[in-house]
Amino acid sequence: MAAVNKVGLSKSDYRGAPTTLCAGCGHNSINNQIMSAAYELDMIPEDIIKFSGIGCSSKSPTYFLGRSFGFNSLHGRMPTIATGAMFGDRRLQAIAMSGDGDTANIGMGHFKHVIRRNLPMVYIIANNGVYGLTKGQFSATAEQGLKLKSQGVNQYSPIDIVMEALASSATFVARSFAGDASQVKELIKAALSHDGIAVLDIISPCVTFNNRDESHHSYGWGRQHREMIHDFNFVPIQDEIVIEDDFEEGTIRKVTMHDGSKVVLKKVSGDYDPTDRINAIKTVQEANQDDILLTGLIFVDTSADSLIDLYDLPEDRPLNRLGQDELRPPKEMLDKVNSRMF
Amino acid sequence: MSGIEESTKQAVAAERVVNDFSITVATVNGSGSQTSNLTLQRALFKMGIPVSGKNLFPSNIQGLPTWYTFRVNKDGYTARKEEQEIVVAMNPDTIEDDLKMVEPGGAFFYADHIRFEAERDDIAMYPIPAKKLAKESDASPQLRDYVANMVYVGVLAYMLNIDTEKLKMALEFHFSGKERPISLNFGVMEAAMDWAKENLEKSDPYYLEPLDKTDGFIMTDGNTAGAMGSIFGGVQFCSWYPITPASSLAEALTYYIPQLRDDYSKDGHKTYGIVQAEDELAAIGMAVGAGWSGLRSMTSTSGPGISLMSEFIGLAYYSEIPVVIWDVQRVGPSTGLPTRTSQGDLTFINFLGHGDTNHILLLPSTVDECFEFGWRSFDIAERVQTPVFVLSDLDLGMNHWMAKEFKYPDVDMDRGKVFWEEDFENMEEKWGRYLDIDGDGIPYRTLPGNKHPESGYFARGTGHDDYAAYTEDNEDWEENMARIVKKFETAKQYLPKPKMIGDGTSELGIIAFGSTEDAVIEARDKLANEGIDLDFMRVRALPLVDEIYDFIKEKGRVYVVELNRDGQMYQILKMKFPDVCGKIVSIPKHDGLPLAASWLTNAIIENERN
Repeated sequence: MAAVNKVGLSKSDYRGAPTTLCAGCGHNSINNQIMSAAYELDMIPEDIIKFSGIGCSSKSPTYFLGRSFGFNSLHGRMPTIATGAMFGDRRLQAIAMSGDGDTANIGMGHFKHVIRRNLPMVYIIANNGVYGLTKGQFSATAEQGLKLKSQGVNQYSPIDIVMEALASSATFVARSFAGDASQVKELIKAALSHDGIAVLDIISPCVTFNNRDESHHSYGWGRQHREMIHDFNFVPIQDEIVIEDDFEEGTIRKVTMHDGSKVVLKKVSGDYDPTDRINAIKTVQEANQDDILLTGLIFVDTSADSLIDLYDLPEDRPLNRLGQDELRPPKEMLDKVNSRMF
Repeated sequence: MSGIEESTKQAVAAERVVNDFSITVATVNGSGSQTSNLTLQRALFKMGIPVSGKNLFPSNIQGLPTWYTFRVNKDGYTARKEEQEIVVAMNPDTIEDDLKMVEPGGAFFYADHIRFEAERDDIAMYPIPAKKLAKESDASPQLRDYVANMVYVGVLAYMLNIDTEKLKMALEFHFSGKERPISLNFGVMEAAMDWAKENLEKSDPYYLEPLDKTDGFIMTDGNTAGAMGSIFGGVQFCSWYPITPASSLAEALTYYIPQLRDDYSKDGHKTYGIVQAEDELAAIGMAVGAGWSGLRSMTSTSGPGISLMSEFIGLAYYSEIPVVIWDVQRVGPSTGLPTRTSQGDLTFINFLGHGDTNHILLLPSTVDECFEFGWRSFDIAERVQTPVFVLSDLDLGMNHWMAKEFKYPDVDMDRGKVFWEEDFENMEEKWGRYLDIDGDGIPYRTLPGNKHPESGYFARGTGHDDYAAYTEDNEDWEENMARIVKKFETAKQYLPKPKMIGDGTSELGIIAFGSTEDAVIEARDKLANEGIDLDFMRVRALPLVDEIYDFIKEKGRVYVVELNRDGQMYQILKMKFPDVCGKIVSIPKHDGLPLAASWLTNAIIENERN
């Protein structure tokens, strides 16, 4: 008998179709961590809804959570599909997979606006600095001076997804590295417990087109330049007791998430306060200047209303199950309309 | 009843013209003339006289010339009239041209502070002391320019015999009963009437008399009607982006839906969401997302917005997602004439999307049909699982029309083929999202939130098989696309049928659609007087149905009338019915104005006699 979690599901219940991405692709590792996080958090696949745009990253939702509903939409437009769909059944937990081209090139506008609206959704950007499906063109996150075989040298400054998210008032911003499976998984768990947009910029190397050691999106560069802003642990609501004993006072910070679970941040070098947006921007900017791939929970604000909260929708009755009695006003109301129309 | 008839003044020798003329008011955009014009129009309507009003305005907030043209007609012909019997000139920049517009024997009212050289001795000329009376009123200096427009309402009221009580009712409606603006405007109007009584002598033949021809009608615009229809259709989601002439549809929805729907929510929470999106790409994206998740979902836009939406429409067509898209058409291409009316998006939308696509288009002709298609479009979209377009236009959408009272839906909401948890309990075969179980091309869909482990699927625009799984298999692709063709054949039974006016025996016919109906009906009557009899078939939806083919086949010649350059309905008819295409003659008009019956009458006469 395969092991099961608290809702009686085995790991295979969280799988999707076999991956068709390249062997060693960072995205496969992210997909595995999504499945593990959902399994470990005892989530039911039918309670999750997946969204993606177009690109290698956006193919990924085929390869995880096969029982969940999902929508592989248009290039750059995933946030819009997700926004509309989340009105259908607000109880669903949204996980979105996008890429650097999908988000920072063609979809930058929607990316900023979905953040501004604080749609409750885990928004993962599998960031490799390059277009995979169209065979190796630069994306907007590629560093200036990057040389690619068929493309020459990248002339332009890169866009930093984390900085864009911070500037757009994102309520949860994290960065990680696909080579660090456990951090990716813990951050996904924390993101899943956030009620609002949770942006995860995960450097996810493209082994085919952009994985030379000097490239900022390669495994080699990530391993060498990565610094954790803190040691990160996610503690689900039911396990809270454990953390009280585990750490000495003064070395940890705790952030209580919307659902009561906690994020425990253990000091690595200096103390870092992830609730201070100005400091977050400064810290990321400095790390970028110093060629440091800074990972961890960079910013979180658990107090902001999510988009769905703003609309005063019924809490446990999904809109997509309402009937004519609530949706079509009775004839008296139309008579009133006619009498008031002059 | 106040006005000229009570006075001792003598009417001129010319024969009285009662309830059959046009009034065109020339003003400066942003000067507040809309209040005056709507007040006038509503008062005439309440007098029981069939009346229309067309606002011919520039793409501008303040300063450019604008015209508002009314038509009263005792027989109910209210299409825009080309001939201007009465002109009110309030704009110094256009006054000389405005004077030229007046028909011989007509009347010209002009603001007396405007200096102009031209003269005419074949019409009646009346000064209006607009500035003077505005200054003498209680209006603050900031409001004077606005109330100055009420002066022409008062002068016209006296000279044409408009019921003062009805004017007051119109003001009360316009200002939602707010005492101060009502009394201010009414005061100016009364002062103007008194002034006219003292100072003007009537020398034109135009009079208004009360009738009883507006019973059972309301006065409103197509965008408001579309919003109301959507509300009674159970709309649950609308995402939109501002664009003239569509904005007022989503704005009306936003305004009215809480008043009409909130009381019927079982727990007091909202049963809908409305989002102003960041652009039209997002507006349609959200609407498609909501439609996919099972909501009655819509967006409203105009041609330029449709351009941006085309990729998503292709996706929705192929992934089979219900969504309603209102296109309140304006003149294109590009920014074109953003505040002028058009039927120029027909072929564009018919095929919108790359690859093989075709769509369902509903073509309302009247304000009450905007209401009807407002609710019916959701039934069709959910039944057929595809985008449904409603093609209105600026004339229908933004102008105020005399409309039949809105009729309550006569059928229950049709939510289409949806499987929920309980449907899976007794299912024998494996469910497939694109499996044609019923043989009508329409598959069963499931909605996110369905908790049954076999209900979920991954929607996509890439090739998929009957079970929604990714495939690039050639046969799967062809079979799926062929099924969608079958689905659209099935769809025809759910579409509004064409309507025929005439007994069907005429050798000649007219095909038209949308806002031109009034002009076509009037032209048809005029042509009958000239000995040219025509049956009129009004197309109310695409794809075209057999009745339209039969109509053409039985005729010797059929004129296709529409507001665009290339004869787009004509093109579609030719393509769809090639064996009868020699019988159809295109009569397009594309000057950005609502169609006038006189132009159409002449165009058909010219063709018939050559």
